[in-house]
Amino acid sequence: MDKKALAKIALDIRKNAVSAVHAAKSGHPGGSLGIADILAYLYFEEMNIDPKNPTWEDRDRFVLSKGHTCPAYYAALAAKGYFDKELLLTFRKPDSILQGHPDMKHIPGVDMSTGSLGQGISAACGMALSAKLRGKNYRVYSILGDGESEEGQVWEAAMCAAHYGLSNLCIFVDFNGLQIDGPVAEVMNPAPFDEKFRAFGWNVVVIDGHNFDEISSACESAKKSDKPTAVICKTVKGKGVSFMENNVAWHGSAPNDEQFATAMADLEKIGAEIDA
Amino acid sequence: MSEKLATREAYGLALAEFGAKYSNLVVLDADLAAATKTGTFKKAFPDRFFDCGIAEGNMIGVAAGLASTGLIPFASSFAMFAAGRAFEQIRNSVGYPHLNVKIGATHAGISVGEDGATHQCNEDIALMRTIPGMVVINPADAVEARAAVEAAILHNGPCYLRFGRYAVPTFNDKETYKFELGKGVKLRDGADVTIVASGLTVSIAMEAADLLSSKGISARVINIHTIKPLDEEIILEAAKETGAILVAEEHSIIGGLGSAVCEAVCEKCPVPVVRFGMNDEFGRSGSAAKLLEMYGFTAENFAKLAEKAISLKK
Repeated sequence: MDKKALAKIALDIRKNAVSAVHAAKSGHPGGSLGIADILAYLYFEEMNIDPKNPTWEDRDRFVLSKGHTCPAYYAALAAKGYFDKELLLTFRKPDSILQGHPDMKHIPGVDMSTGSLGQGISAACGMALSAKLRGKNYRVYSILGDGESEEGQVWEAAMCAAHYGLSNLCIFVDFNGLQIDGPVAEVMNPAPFDEKFRAFGWNVVVIDGHNFDEISSACESAKKSDKPTAVICKTVKGKGVSFMENNVAWHGSAPNDEQFATAMADLEKIGAEIDA
Repeated sequence: MSEKLATREAYGLALAEFGAKYSNLVVLDADLAAATKTGTFKKAFPDRFFDCGIAEGNMIGVAAGLASTGLIPFASSFAMFAAGRAFEQIRNSVGYPHLNVKIGATHAGISVGEDGATHQCNEDIALMRTIPGMVVINPADAVEARAAVEAAILHNGPCYLRFGRYAVPTFNDKETYKFELGKGVKLRDGADVTIVASGLTVSIAMEAADLLSSKGISARVINIHTIKPLDEEIILEAAKETGAILVAEEHSIIGGLGSAVCEAVCEKCPVPVVRFGMNDEFGRSGSAAKLLEMYGFTAENFAKLAEKAISLKK
């Protein structure tokens, strides 16, 4: 798929994620906008998956360790055809399968229930370990938050992945520099990520998390390495919506009608630029 | 009764035995394989054993990931660190997605002995039974422990299995014993009072029933190996037919089997229930035998408490 097509999918994910949060009057738009490009690449270029057979045994797995950014995840799954896009507007409603955080029991395409930070990466390790044990060729991808990395369990998992040589595991660290209480560097600085993961025995790649060429080469680096790979992605929280970009206020709050209209206009403008 | 064996020993032997029968069985531990006895499995199936180091939270998450691909992981540590430290991982990564993870927790209760209060978990049953869909099993002897392991393998869903460090009498017959998940076992019939026991209190309860019998009191003894789902039928029948209940367990009197029995009896057939277990306090160091005696895990004390339950009848 060419970069223009991927950009359109990422834009579609952004629009649908913001729409879902707006409809729910609740949710996490900032981080969702920040990971849209990584999700678009994984779901439309990289992963070996079949939306018609979401529980296919040999599929590549994906774990959204930072589960609160599921509006973008759900939008990517819907775009890929796992379920109807109309469902996105039922996000966070009691009778919806699209719970506030990913629920593998009810949502087609969700490989692991997440939401409590620091836990998804461990489950991803278990999936990768299972493939090694059983001689399966599938790969496991995950997106981890920078703030999330303050959880000690993340480093327990980092140790475990290197110890068991989980070369089939590729983690994207969404390094947008912001968490609920403020800049990660001020709240509890988890950086530097590259040196930490390298010290833990990982293959490390540092990229711009909005650049498809760089995401692509990171995935190739992961496939060539005999270690687990950490892709440290410099990202912009709120990417694509002018007033949400790099603004921590949009970590976990929904836009009102007026703000929603502005957000959609911003995203339409990006759409026009892609087409131009 | 035949010889004594700790249920943790039976757990390790059962894992190694069933490892041959169930090829998708894998075992994880957190640097305690020699003590939890998962080392017995490791020796037999080294490729299917994964030490996760002293990192219980990650171990539970790894187990969840393994289970999501169709394997049946048993994740082991001491009850304190499995149910206690990793509670939230068990709740969110195993319970919520209802993954097929088995938690094999050893060294439960004060019979841990010399290690003292930091290692004596008297809260695990309370913690585990509040998780929706979690099965909680507390076997009473080696035969029951072995059978419980296979029952857990055959049950599709999360299970918490509780084992002890201390050698306890084996009273079930390996040849004839049948384990039915969720079914209590009436070990002895009686009309005046019922002693509901679980784990190492079961054989003490049987002795207490003998003492009561010598005083002309007819005591029923029920072994509850599955604390959740609780066999309400056998409990309510006992409430109706004997009119008084003593629950004896190696756990805090808050939140464990005693509480579970009270919940059932209060709502459906109110009769006096006396709870025996660890009171609202921490344990201490000492030999298991000495501690059990100090804290009242004796046939004499159980008999006395059973009489107290009878005295509370209206």
